[in-house]
Amino acid sequence: MKILTGNDLVSGDVIWWAGDGWSRQVGDSADVGEHGDDLARAEEAALRVVGAYVIDATVTDEGVRPAHIKDRIRALGPTVRPDLNLKPNDADAGNWVI
Amino acid sequence: MYRYDSYDQSIVDARVDEFRDQVQRRLAGALTEDQFKPLRLMNGLYLQLHAYMLRVAIPYGTLSAAQMRKLGEIAAKYDKGYGHFTTRQNLQYNWIKLADAPDILAELASVEMHAIQTSGNCIRNISSDQYAGVSADEVADPRPWAELLRQWSSFHPEFTYLPRKFKICVIATEDDRAAMRLHDIGLKLVERDGVIGAEVYAGGGMGRTPMVAPLIRDFVGEDEIISYLEACLRVYNRYGRRDNKYKARIKILVHEIGVEEYKRQVEEEFAHMRTLGLNPPTEELDRIRAFFAAPAYETGLGEDIDRADPAFALWVDRQVAAHKAPGYAIVNISLKPLTGIPGDASAEQIELVAGLAEQYSLDEIRVTHAQNLVLPHVKKADLYAIWQKLDEAGLAEANLDLITDIIACPGLDYCALANARSIPLAQKIAQRFADAERQAELGELKLKISGCINACGHHHAGHIGILGVDRKGVENFQLLLGGSGAEDASLGQITGPGFSEDGVVDAIEKVTDIYLAERTDGERFLDTYRRIGMKPFKEAIYG
Repeated sequence: MKILTGNDLVSGDVIWWAGDGWSRQVGDSADVGEHGDDLARAEEAALRVVGAYVIDATVTDEGVRPAHIKDRIRALGPTVRPDLNLKPNDADAGNWVI
Repeated sequence: MYRYDSYDQSIVDARVDEFRDQVQRRLAGALTEDQFKPLRLMNGLYLQLHAYMLRVAIPYGTLSAAQMRKLGEIAAKYDKGYGHFTTRQNLQYNWIKLADAPDILAELASVEMHAIQTSGNCIRNISSDQYAGVSADEVADPRPWAELLRQWSSFHPEFTYLPRKFKICVIATEDDRAAMRLHDIGLKLVERDGVIGAEVYAGGGMGRTPMVAPLIRDFVGEDEIISYLEACLRVYNRYGRRDNKYKARIKILVHEIGVEEYKRQVEEEFAHMRTLGLNPPTEELDRIRAFFAAPAYETGLGEDIDRADPAFALWVDRQVAAHKAPGYAIVNISLKPLTGIPGDASAEQIELVAGLAEQYSLDEIRVTHAQNLVLPHVKKADLYAIWQKLDEAGLAEANLDLITDIIACPGLDYCALANARSIPLAQKIAQRFADAERQAELGELKLKISGCINACGHHHAGHIGILGVDRKGVENFQLLLGGSGAEDASLGQITGPGFSEDGVVDAIEKVTDIYLAERTDGERFLDTYRRIGMKPFKEAIYG
């Protein structure tokens, strides 16, 4: 699947296109098919996102998984600060990015 | 320490107002990201992997207690409670909101700080020796030179759009603690016939094409250093490549046309520049120098240190360096706790160090390129009290220049350019070599990790260096041996095929085993490597 990600213009938070808006959770990502680039331009023009780009991802038992480690780290947060990532109560969360 | 005059302050204040307006226009949609990006970068604001990142300039790595305290307050108020000290002696905040950035810059300006020229193809923050002004063997304090260069280079209209970024370093001792020859221009202060001047090195750097800077001039006086650097920069600005960013640094120009030809062109330009009246008036040099006059050290202090507490004694032996004033010492504060993140400090730790500087170090702190902190003016009688407070705050690691004193860039955990994670690897290595006796047995061993070829973690200059690369989406680590950023500067050589994260830790252990087996008395790891060469290490690693 193709999913769209970027950073919230105001907060800088990593965000994922969820079909009808943006989510902080990669698991909410929607398949944007071939429309990702158009969507990115429109959302950037609407001042909701900055640096939007389309990536490959797969759906696994654990949910949507970006194809590249860089985007998996974007999705989770820094693996060396479990207290700051999206699964602060999961000590093994960092293994998800590998 | 240097204090802003009304010109400095008004420039920085005006810049805050200008950026506030630019951010408002961006948030209102009057500026596109393409239009806004170069403006935010000129104010140190990057868009990184997880959020906006603000890089704050710490000129020549010197901070007052008030400035340090402000850095901690900003970390607590606007970030997630910590900051990251970098190999450029700067500080980065990882979680900045765009709308907050102007307020942060205003807070910085209130303590004579800014984020100007921490990005972009301009002359960046001037770096220097963390022991400047307190080292007994220095020719002169390099900080007045660094401050002069800061003022000269700030908003220099001719050098705001160079082919690439430009880094200058000033040192004043034979011992190089600042990786001087791995800068675009390095100045080493020397004395010739009773006159202080600088040896000038040009064309050094790390990145994808590492080079050790050659000497291009044996002596330039303080009164002419501006003219000479104008000439160096002017030749580079004219002939540095702009067609390929990977070949745009001055090191490529010096390499491609040759050192002698570059020197000839600089001398020709210098002959012209010195007629233009660019040199600073003596009164201005004296004004700057006065800010760096030695503080009023107490006299009659004792030299004895009570070493009854063994943990304290260990820390003294490793972290405390000789000071030029009797009864005083230089304290190195490790930001490399074994399970921590190299260079990171919490808001509370930053506040603690600010308080220690205020109480014990004549209000001054230094940041090192090795991502540690220094209290430069400490009475020996106060060392135990300082150590106790550092220990309570998790800042009393005794590992300066040992294998666990690892330089590591933020890597793929934070950086949009990185290919691999540096920090988890640094932590694994630190854990493997955690035993204090083992570290001491290995002695001086500088290990440096970069998460990509841009080499922010100085891997080329590590006795042991590690470069993280991307192998089809999987992190892979190349191992280098034999680099040095010190006065014996050299570039590390790659051992061979790369490793997984665990594999490179094992390889490092094999490398250290060979060192221990082969070293002769008094040899550091680097000395042994230089004597016996790569082969025995390679055989041990790859069998």
